[in-house]
Amino acid sequence: MFTFHLALKSLISRRVTVFLTVLAIAMSVMLLLGVERIRTETRYSFASTVSGTDLIVGARSGSIPLLLYSVFRIGNATNNISWRSYRELATDPNVAWTIPLSLGDSHRGFRVLGTNGDYFKYFRYARSRALRFTAGKPFEDVFDTVIGAEVADALRYEVGDRIVVDHGVGQIGFSSHTDKPFRISGILARTGTPVDRTVHVSLGGIEAIHIDWRSGAPARGLRIDAERVRQMNLQPKAITAFLVGLKSRFATFTVQRRVNGYGAEPLLAILPGVALQELWSLMGTADRALVAISVFVVATGLIGMVTMLLSGMNERRREMAILRSVGARPGHIFSLFIAEATLVAGIGAILGTVLLYAGLFVAQPAIEDAYGLFLEVGPPTRIEIIYLGAVVVAGAIAGLIPALRALRLSLADGMIVRS
Amino acid sequence: MVSAIAQSVHLSDVTYKWRPDLPPVLDISTFSVAPGERLFISGPSGSGKTTFLNLIGGVALPDTGEVTVLDSQLKGLSPAKRDAFRADHIGVIFQLFNLVPYLSLIENVLLPCRFSKRRHARAASEGGTPESEARRLLTYMGISESALDNRRVTDLSVGQQQRVAAARALIGAPELLIVDEPTTALDENSRQSFLEILFETVARNRQTLIFVSHDERMEALFDRHIVLSDINRAAQPEDIAG
Repeated sequence: MFTFHLALKSLISRRVTVFLTVLAIAMSVMLLLGVERIRTETRYSFASTVSGTDLIVGARSGSIPLLLYSVFRIGNATNNISWRSYRELATDPNVAWTIPLSLGDSHRGFRVLGTNGDYFKYFRYARSRALRFTAGKPFEDVFDTVIGAEVADALRYEVGDRIVVDHGVGQIGFSSHTDKPFRISGILARTGTPVDRTVHVSLGGIEAIHIDWRSGAPARGLRIDAERVRQMNLQPKAITAFLVGLKSRFATFTVQRRVNGYGAEPLLAILPGVALQELWSLMGTADRALVAISVFVVATGLIGMVTMLLSGMNERRREMAILRSVGARPGHIFSLFIAEATLVAGIGAILGTVLLYAGLFVAQPAIEDAYGLFLEVGPPTRIEIIYLGAVVVAGAIAGLIPALRALRLSLADGMIVRS
Repeated sequence: MVSAIAQSVHLSDVTYKWRPDLPPVLDISTFSVAPGERLFISGPSGSGKTTFLNLIGGVALPDTGEVTVLDSQLKGLSPAKRDAFRADHIGVIFQLFNLVPYLSLIENVLLPCRFSKRRHARAASEGGTPESEARRLLTYMGISESALDNRRVTDLSVGQQQRVAAARALIGAPELLIVDEPTTALDENSRQSFLEILFETVARNRQTLIFVSHDERMEALFDRHIVLSDINRAAQPEDIAG
């Protein structure tokens, strides 16, 4: 205990160097825990993005791109599904419900999703939770829109506000559908999924804003105003993808086979669970690599600590001789250095955890903003505590290097340093 | 307090080598110090002073022969027991940089009490608590009350540092004091007053004093004077390693 007290005093007396060393370890620990936390949250967030959906159907590409654009609203579809094919598949006797999805436009950086009322009825996330409105109601008019919680927060929108949809998905669209503004009819409660970042309109709405457009630009000389559009036939010719709920899960493979072998156009049906896992295993390698990098960064921090303790060794030979002269055993000298190393690593681990929480508080909105990933600020998980313990133990083990050197010097010097 | 002991320190047929394949650096057939004696040891560099003191302190063991301190044969004690023995019975003052830089004055003085229950108990019986005994000793050594609590050891003058070191060597009244060139860095006045206080305390506690210095002018103050190179048959005065 006295050695511990000595170690603490000794570290305090060298506070500038020690602080920098502790800071290096703290930052490495913060990185390690941060990566771990993001990894866990990403996995959870992934797993809870879709639930209750048995199949996702889109144009034939790969299961991961389909999952990315249909569920995460990342990237774009390579092709569409014709309305006829959609209807034909939607009326399959095994199918209980479908949710059509039509993507391609955006509003101030948020994706616009064309769908229908079934979206609010059947869509489930995070263990079968349904969507809830904090204000307003689903869209009824062609130019009604329902926005996600984050869209409302970020852009300070309220029910009744009018918004303009941009064509394309850039941060700011190249051209806008300014002639046909939408009125916000409802705002959804926060879900922690990409739904929060989505502007929902009816399929008719998507059709309406593009009715006087040709090949991605307003057709010259063709202007159809909003009132006239309402009178027109707004049945879409195509959609991007659709979610399928089956009457019985046993029919999953039957329906999947039917979609994949569909003759009229090349389609792909995926099981969201399997695709999620596939996507996760892809991300998994990336995040395992991140963990490995973080571990190396922690090792670098600990090497810095060893360097600090070793570099002070020569000046401390006097101190060790004094301690020996007053009765300290070589073991005391040894444990003094181990204690210093353990303290530095321990304080680094604690400070790293504090930095992590501070970082989480600060960066949480930004991360949610940029990646739709909601990082929960909860108590450390079991694996995080194991990591912290491992850092401290590794610090103590790294302390063996200076401790053994001090022991050797101390045994050679005895209580009088030869000068 | 120490009268029952025949000899404070006794060395017989002691040799010591740094490495088995090197010639001995120390070879002393016999050497002894009586209890309460004040012994002055001088010797040029290379006369084996450091080794000699490490042997008496029990941090090194002779390759042959016996070192007996206060009737205890150091060779017969385990390393841990030797360390405990040193903590209990020996106070040491070095030439320079005697203090642990990150501890306060009081904490430095109290160090022996941390490693020796005996000195802790003795200090407590002298001064009520070890802390108050440390304060008493420091004040006695001429460290002012204000410096005692407010100064860092690294801010002290060399003379003051030596006084703090002396207080540390004296706390809990160890039977044997080993003092290695304590006055080299002191000016004439400081040296004079330092020695006076040291002698006074040693006399009062009837402690044995082994005082090592190459400054033979001080010789007259002691009971006896030994030139280390005279008794060390392995002395190589021309060798700079001392």
